[in-house]
Amino acid sequence: MPSLFQQIKAGKLWDFHGGIHPPARKEYTSQKPIGRLSLPERLYVPLRQHIGVAGALLVQKGQRVLKGQPLTAADSAMAVPVHAPTSGLVLAIEPHIAPHPSALPEPCVVIEPDGLEEWRPRHGLNLLEADRSILLKRIQQAGIAGMGGAGFPTHLKSGGSAGIDYLIINAVECEPYISADDVLMQEYATTIVKGIDILCQLLSPAAVLIGIEDDKTEAIAAMQAACSQRDHYLVRVVPAKYPSGGEKQLIQLLTSKEVPAGRRPLDIGIVMQNVGTAFAIAQAVLEDIPLISRIVTVTGETLSQPQNMHALIGTPVGALLDACGFAPEPEQRVIMGGPMMGFTLPSLSVPLVKTSNCILAPTQQELPAANNEMDCIRCGACAEACPATLLPQQLLWYSKAKDQDKLKEYNLSDCIECGACAYVCPSEIPLVHYYRVAKAEIREQTRDELKAEQAKARFEARNERLEKEKQERAARNQALAAQRQQMVNAQQQQQEIAAAAQRVASGQPAQQNLSKEDIIAERERKKAEARAYQAAKAEQLNNEQSAAAAAEDLTTENRNKQGPDATNKDAAVGDARAAAVAAAIARAKAKKSAAEPDNQVAAEPGTGSDKAPDTTPGAEAGDARASAVAAAIARAKAKKAALGADQQPAAEPVQPQTATAAELAEDPRATAVAAAIARAKAKKAALGADQQKAAASLTTETQSQVENTAQNPAAVLTDGVVNNEVQAAKLSTATPEDKEQAKKAALSAAIARAKARQQNLPAAATTPEAAENNNAAASTLDPKKAAIAAAIARAKAKQQAATDNTNSEDEA
Amino acid sequence: MSMFIALGAITLLALIFGAVLGYAAIKFKVEADPLVDQIDDILPQTQCGQCGYPGCRPYAEAIANGDAINKCPPGGDATIKKLADLMGVAATPLDSTQTPAIKRVAYIREDECIGCTKCIQACPVDAIVGASKQMHTVMVDECTGCDLCVEPCPVNCIDMVPLPGTVERWKWDLQAIPVLVLDSNPVNKNLVETN
Repeated sequence: MPSLFQQIKAGKLWDFHGGIHPPARKEYTSQKPIGRLSLPERLYVPLRQHIGVAGALLVQKGQRVLKGQPLTAADSAMAVPVHAPTSGLVLAIEPHIAPHPSALPEPCVVIEPDGLEEWRPRHGLNLLEADRSILLKRIQQAGIAGMGGAGFPTHLKSGGSAGIDYLIINAVECEPYISADDVLMQEYATTIVKGIDILCQLLSPAAVLIGIEDDKTEAIAAMQAACSQRDHYLVRVVPAKYPSGGEKQLIQLLTSKEVPAGRRPLDIGIVMQNVGTAFAIAQAVLEDIPLISRIVTVTGETLSQPQNMHALIGTPVGALLDACGFAPEPEQRVIMGGPMMGFTLPSLSVPLVKTSNCILAPTQQELPAANNEMDCIRCGACAEACPATLLPQQLLWYSKAKDQDKLKEYNLSDCIECGACAYVCPSEIPLVHYYRVAKAEIREQTRDELKAEQAKARFEARNERLEKEKQERAARNQALAAQRQQMVNAQQQQQEIAAAAQRVASGQPAQQNLSKEDIIAERERKKAEARAYQAAKAEQLNNEQSAAAAAEDLTTENRNKQGPDATNKDAAVGDARAAAVAAAIARAKAKKSAAEPDNQVAAEPGTGSDKAPDTTPGAEAGDARASAVAAAIARAKAKKAALGADQQPAAEPVQPQTATAAELAEDPRATAVAAAIARAKAKKAALGADQQKAAASLTTETQSQVENTAQNPAAVLTDGVVNNEVQAAKLSTATPEDKEQAKKAALSAAIARAKARQQNLPAAATTPEAAENNNAAASTLDPKKAAIAAAIARAKAKQQAATDNTNSEDEA
Repeated sequence: MSMFIALGAITLLALIFGAVLGYAAIKFKVEADPLVDQIDDILPQTQCGQCGYPGCRPYAEAIANGDAINKCPPGGDATIKKLADLMGVAATPLDSTQTPAIKRVAYIREDECIGCTKCIQACPVDAIVGASKQMHTVMVDECTGCDLCVEPCPVNCIDMVPLPGTVERWKWDLQAIPVLVLDSNPVNKNLVETN
């Protein structure tokens, strides 16, 4: 059994599956010499005429270019430059209809020829001196891309280094009508062989197979003559059958090898070049003529002189047709490429490009347009004709259903779109069209998937980045907060140290423990003041009269009650001031506790508590004026509070708190603090209560119950507190410092109480009168009076507690 | 006696298999919900939020939890069909309140851009470049056409323009090809169209 190489050498041919025998119709042009076209008015050179990317533009609008001057740069491996086909002026660089079935515009350089055909300087290479890289560079810079139809960059195809068994020169030209390669071989066989020599130098194959169909007798003879000196150049005459010129089909035909799906011939050690490409290589390397023209078959029965034309790249198709005597019929179609694989041109201004091998202008009778599509009858003729051994009817089915998984399963990607299936189809189904649509959709989908993948990656990266930024920000904020806290702590410590030092210096160690509480109390007081001031500002003066009237009634009542209570207090008068303070506190609490249960009764506690702050300044007998001022302030505030007097329910929640405050009240300062807290809470509650007024009637029942339990102990407690305080006061009389302290405490407590009243009790309108009473009392500087006032307060508290009880009982 | 041997053997086998299965369940545990990943792969990843979720993955999770599959306008019917196949539910037409969109990309009229960076912050895929008080522009290749940048623009200088067709992207729709119809005038002067 001879080896494959021996078989090939012996001239054995194989066969491929399927194929058709359409009428060749090459006789129109194949026996005529190559015509030359005069310069057209305009040349439209598309920047990209191959598979790959366009190079960077090198010329500008208005620039004069020489023949063969590159218009784009070969700036990447996939870039193939284009050249000026003749000398002339660059009129524009603009989109122009591209030679593509879509009729979409692509960027073109528009050149107006000047008719001088002035060449740029040319330097042919000496083959003996040139090495691989120089040759490849020359091939790339000459702008050579596969001229068989696909337009794959030749320098890439020829650059594959080792392990090439066969170089196949494709001169089959199986498609009907086309004879461009045929006449090229007839006229330029020696140049073609020179081109093959260069390719051999690059690829060093074991054998060169030149495949020519058996209907091109003259071309076969010319090539055989040209190759006679080279015994590894084998001219193989293949039987005419469409599509034996297909790359994979020709490989199978000449070597029996099959190119695996999705692979290239290079993978099995074969490189195939078109015969036109070989010619272009020879021209580019030896004469430095870049690919600026090509031979194109202009044929069809509407032309009076169909022939092969040597035309410049960029020549509009219309100019070519006119030169051949074009006489269009109605609804004339002009096809670029052959009748099997070509496409109908959308316009005659489409330029000729490197891959255009045929312009076909057939009559209707000659090549009727396929518009008579019928349903598939599943005859299977297409499967028999398919050169790629696919199942076209299944592919049609799945193309129509857009079932892309199934299309992949049936190897749609291996379809070479030769059109054999459509040719044999008895139902005249344009099968290839369906495959092209399906392929485009698959391509689009692949692109979308890729884009989705990228978008997802970018989206995730962005989210990650945002998350990181957020965390960083949080960390920074935390660090800053910690820093601030530290600073505050340090400051406090310093303050404390300074305060301690001061105390030590002034000899007052006794205050050490109390300083902090003092500070807090003071702060609370100031805050409360500010709040009260603001509240007062906001309130209107419209309820004045009614409030005043109510207050008068209440004060008279209060005066009546003062008498009996006075006696009780006498016993306690160890220290008038202390007693006053205690009394005031007691009253305040009593008032508060009493205030809530009944909205109407609310006015009464107001009077009670109003007196308290006033009595304290009164008790502070050292300065009458100061007390008067304080009283005035208290009155003013009370008035204002009274004006905003619709907050009765607000006072209710305060009550339990006051009770607890009373419990805590072992120390006037502590009481003040508690009162301040209570006030703050009351305010909040008042705000809430304001809105809930409607609901108040419903809740009174439960509230009163709460109050019952709260008030009774409160009343008891207030008495207890008073006693405690009195005792404390007695004990503290010994030292003057303590007295002062007590005074201060009393003051602050009084002010605090006054505010509490203002905020909690709408009925505080009574204050003016009460304050006057108390002022009078204060001016007398009589401790007894103070005691009396305290006693009255207690009595009132009791009474109110009693009335509250009854009220609540009634309500209950 | 043989009955006990059989019982014992089966019990032993059951224990062995149980142990193997239990071990496998721990050893080969799948962390993520693969269904969510599968759905996410089908969704077009425009991150446009037209489904009502902040991105494609949240919508994928929602679908996995039983949300409707017809809320993705960028995906269109193709996505719905795939989701229906995956989820084993009927393919419902796109939610009537949403319209299937043709592919569009954002375009910033650069003369009018004031450089506020609001669109940059809105872009879910970082497809807008620019800096504060500098002109911004959209990277067309990265733009998913989600519309999210249009709303925040204070000067309304962002347009959504249909993606221009290119020869590579062209789908063979022969019905749409403007086929040249030539008259039968024997004098062919006007046939070479010139610009």
